[in-house]
Amino acid sequence: MLIAFFADIHANRQAFEACLAQARADGAERFVLLGDYVGYGADPDWCLTAVMDLVDKGATAVLGNHDSAIANPGEQLNAEARMVIEWTRGELGIPQRRFLEALPLTVKDGDRLYVHGDASDPKHWIYVQSTTEAATSLSATNAAVTFCGHVHKPALYTMSATAKMTSFTPKTGAPIPLTSGRHWLAVLGSVGQPRDGNPAAAYLMLDTNKNEITYCRVPYDAEAAAAAIRQKGLPTWLADRLLVGK
Amino acid sequence: MARPLHTPGVILDGFRLEEIIHQGGMAMLWRVTRESDSAPMLMKVPRIGEGTDPAAIVSFEMEQMIMPRLSGVHVPKFVAAGDFAAQPYLVMEALAGKSLYARLPDLPLPYDDVAAIGFKIADALDDLHRQHVVHLDIKPSNIMFRPTGEAVLLDYGLSHHDELPDLMQEEFRLPFGTAPYMSPEQLRGVRNDPRSDVFALGVLLYFFTTGERPFGESETLRGMRRRLWRDPHPPRKLKADYPPWLQEIVLRCLEIEPAWRYPTAAQLAFDLSHPADVKLTARSERLKRDPFSTVLRRRFNKELTSPRPRAALSDQLATAPIIAVAIDFDGTDELNDELRLTTERMLAALPSARLACVNVLKQARLSVDMTLDAEGHNKHIDRMVRLKDWAEPLKLADNRLTVHVIEAIDPASAILEFASVSRVDHILIGARHNTLMRKLLGGVSAKVAAEASCTVTVVRARL
Repeated sequence: MLIAFFADIHANRQAFEACLAQARADGAERFVLLGDYVGYGADPDWCLTAVMDLVDKGATAVLGNHDSAIANPGEQLNAEARMVIEWTRGELGIPQRRFLEALPLTVKDGDRLYVHGDASDPKHWIYVQSTTEAATSLSATNAAVTFCGHVHKPALYTMSATAKMTSFTPKTGAPIPLTSGRHWLAVLGSVGQPRDGNPAAAYLMLDTNKNEITYCRVPYDAEAAAAAIRQKGLPTWLADRLLVGK
Repeated sequence: MARPLHTPGVILDGFRLEEIIHQGGMAMLWRVTRESDSAPMLMKVPRIGEGTDPAAIVSFEMEQMIMPRLSGVHVPKFVAAGDFAAQPYLVMEALAGKSLYARLPDLPLPYDDVAAIGFKIADALDDLHRQHVVHLDIKPSNIMFRPTGEAVLLDYGLSHHDELPDLMQEEFRLPFGTAPYMSPEQLRGVRNDPRSDVFALGVLLYFFTTGERPFGESETLRGMRRRLWRDPHPPRKLKADYPPWLQEIVLRCLEIEPAWRYPTAAQLAFDLSHPADVKLTARSERLKRDPFSTVLRRRFNKELTSPRPRAALSDQLATAPIIAVAIDFDGTDELNDELRLTTERMLAALPSARLACVNVLKQARLSVDMTLDAEGHNKHIDRMVRLKDWAEPLKLADNRLTVHVIEAIDPASAILEFASVSRVDHILIGARHNTLMRKLLGGVSAKVAAEASCTVTVVRARL
């Protein structure tokens, strides 16, 4: 079975639509959503409604820090992000806000674990940016493969049976076999706000038969997403960065 | 955990273990059979148990990741892999015959034989590098040949795949490889440079032509590290009759600095198959090793010898293509000028590219052609001179330019065959404007563009 994973959609309708369309065209039969459906982007209501629709049809979703901030003003966010969240609260209706409040921090699905950031302390939203943090996260779970987002840059970490760590920057479109006997941590690139210098929207496909993952990219209409951000009076840097993937 | 697996007759996932044919430090090799499958197959089973070197396990994992991704005649065909959770194994095509290791008692071999073997290995390496893999353990025991002649590269346990996590890189800081063949940069832990395989092939060429290993057999890290600053004895010092062109090739492969070697295995294959066109630099004349002052400078000038960041494997291949330009002296000067202009633009962006200028000397189908024309000139030599003259304004160094006059009946087929044998990446060919003749017969450029297995650019002079 092919499962498509999306992380950090961040209210970017154009990017999310492009990823969904390509994943469906490539045969995705299931969807997993790794949090941060809102924040930064101009279409939180549309994106969240689309996520709820997918979940209704069997998709799995976990909570992200921006999602949590909708109901919890105490969440730590930078000034720009906080401003967008304040605006987003005025965009989401009751069903959307109830949906976010009910999302779990982690989901265990067979030998796979889904979480927004680090798995050792999910509610503190620690970024997995190096082998050190990856080792901490991997040590906290017995799942063979952990999928997370939050960093907005694709990366793959693996821990051997002797607790040695390897890191790898995945190549777009090249399938990677997740060999057994070791633990893997796949950090996804972001659907709605890529930060690895490539403005194309990022997602991931898992082939459960072959036990292979492929990091995918889709070019999308970033100009339209940026224009929508400017039109809503949100910080212009959030629009500009979409065009350069920073 | 894996259970021991030692008895013939055991059936594992449908494969019947017949006999053990090799027992190495890291793995065992079994001959296996499968019902309804008559192909000869080998099963490689890693040694796993108490006290197993973790490197052996990781190396086997890497081989399990890489082998299913390889294809073509230059690798053993992958059949199946067994999971680490139960019993890890790899089943692959068993090749008939013996590895190149069996030739060791016959060394040194005749120069031309070694060049022919070297060409086949370089050709196989080029194919492997294009599949994103650096082998990193090129040595006689890892090389076999198909009955059709192609070299097959075995054992991917130390290899690096540009699109897969390199488990060896981060788990083990010690260099892995086979001591006599290991490149200087491999000793420093660099695992993604295809020129490391060019170096190893240089060691093999040296060994097979002289009977001596250029850097000895020392297995200690200290002994191996000498190659970071000490160059080998030039082959001509060991054998007075050593051909200068071969010494040029071998010593270029063995350069300490990767950037001074052949940029790609394809360019090495090209020189091995065109001995007369090898540019003879000072390397070809050398009778002694570098003076002690040079060695000391290399030894103690760390920044001169420190590894530097380099581009990915695929970029390395992409910047060093072999470009062939087909020149037709019956065509117009305008067209040949346009071809030169297009060539120049292309070479400007690719400082490591090589240019092969090709001209087809048409032979009559029935009569035996005369070598001399009506005025008594040698046609072949005349064409060579004209090709060099055509290329002169490009001001290319000798090692980037070769000229080839091919005598053939059908120009298009001759150009296609040259491109295929010489591993050409890009053909530039001129097309004449429409004439009745062209309409009736079809142009040479049209046939080349339609049938070539590489990129073809068709150049026209503007009307």
